[in-house]
Amino acid sequence: MASPTEENPARTLLVAFVVCAVCSVVVSATAVFLEPRQRANREREREQQIQAIVARQPGLAELLEGLEGVSLEPHVVELATGELADHIDAATFDARRAANDPLLGVALPADRDPARIGRRSRFAVVYLIEAAGRIELVILPVHGSGYASTLYGYLALAGDTNTVAGLSFYEHGETPGLGSEIEEPYFLESWPGKLVRDEKGELRIGIALDEVDPDSPDAAYEVDGLTGATRTCSGVTQLLRYWLGEDGFAPFLERVRLKNEGGP
Amino acid sequence: MNTDSTRTLTRPVFDENPIALQVLGVCSALAVTKTLATALVMCLALTAVLTASNTAISAIRKLVPRSIRLIVQITIIASLVIVADQFLRAFAWELSKELSVFVGLIVTNCIVLGRAETFAMNNSVGASALDGLGNGLGYSVILIAVGSVRELLGAGALLGYQLLPLASEDGWFQPIALMRSPPSAFFIIGGLIWLLRTWKTSQVEESETDVLVPPTPARSES
Repeated sequence: MASPTEENPARTLLVAFVVCAVCSVVVSATAVFLEPRQRANREREREQQIQAIVARQPGLAELLEGLEGVSLEPHVVELATGELADHIDAATFDARRAANDPLLGVALPADRDPARIGRRSRFAVVYLIEAAGRIELVILPVHGSGYASTLYGYLALAGDTNTVAGLSFYEHGETPGLGSEIEEPYFLESWPGKLVRDEKGELRIGIALDEVDPDSPDAAYEVDGLTGATRTCSGVTQLLRYWLGEDGFAPFLERVRLKNEGGP
Repeated sequence: MNTDSTRTLTRPVFDENPIALQVLGVCSALAVTKTLATALVMCLALTAVLTASNTAISAIRKLVPRSIRLIVQITIIASLVIVADQFLRAFAWELSKELSVFVGLIVTNCIVLGRAETFAMNNSVGASALDGLGNGLGYSVILIAVGSVRELLGAGALLGYQLLPLASEDGWFQPIALMRSPPSAFFIIGGLIWLLRTWKTSQVEESETDVLVPPTPARSES
């Protein structure tokens, strides 16, 4: 080598520090600079997921086409009361950012945080399909911890608010080939038709530890587990039960049910 | 461009191909060659990272103390990989999802660290950049060949365009399921190495062990 590279601790530390500083500036600058484009990509993907859920529902696409003025409408819901908060613009409301806002977000105590999300927004953007005064489909945003990452997805419920119409995940960082199976069609297709609660009102929806025996009483509520993805699957069960429970969308779903049954 | 630089650039393509001769970087060659499109994006990402890392490491080669040189090299390579991954997520979102972890894993691709340690640490910036580009091209030649064969025989298509009419859609072509799974890349790379060594016989290695013919068992005397 042309010049002898001296080995003295101060010089070694200096070189290490400068290399790290330059590299971190390059990496952060790229991330910040490209973030808007990446966010646009994620948004587009989310839109497509919602469209895909709608497209998978038998008869729903026809319903949307056939009826005048029927469309997929975003609404902001206040979770605690279940009331629509239409004074907030659903197009610009960002629930993920709101979760960390001191006014819009709430911290969840550990014993009431089965989905392990720490904080959540007090409001959420749901999508509704309404036809002839009846809500035909409710699409709820759900998220929670899986094995290696936070899973973000949408759960669609039929108008009775107790039958799953579809589930999909648009963002996760689970192990490729194991936990990542939660976004595969064969897994997602096992959800439609599953029931959320039993006659006593108990939340029963979830993923079984292995295959579901079609004759067992759980078969109406549970789907087959994924081999090698036990913790991802239990994460999905927990997050579904959390968001469908009293701390999640239960108050809102109760209002939807009453409205559909012709109540107040 | 003088002949020396041309040699630096072209030698890794056929004479010292990183995959075919040095058998490095095979892991990603198996994983991302199911379709030609993913193979192309991977080639682009690796070539960009390799050229940039060779250039950067060569530029500071005289400043880096020997005791921490590997850590410095890895830090630079890892940063460049993150940058490449961020660009893919911004400009080729769908393909970056298909490539999933494999762009991130370029950091562990032996070709990148190998060229940094053996070439960029000892050569000028210009030569190192050309060496990085050349090795990237060598990697790309193999990946594009494997990706083309696998997509053509596994799906009857190239870059998503259906070239061979599928039997399932009233055509005549029956896709070969094996081509859609990673092990098929082993066979194709093996075939390419065989072709390359038939053409350039200097690459044939001397056999390290003799093939032993087991002695015929002695017949028992009873």
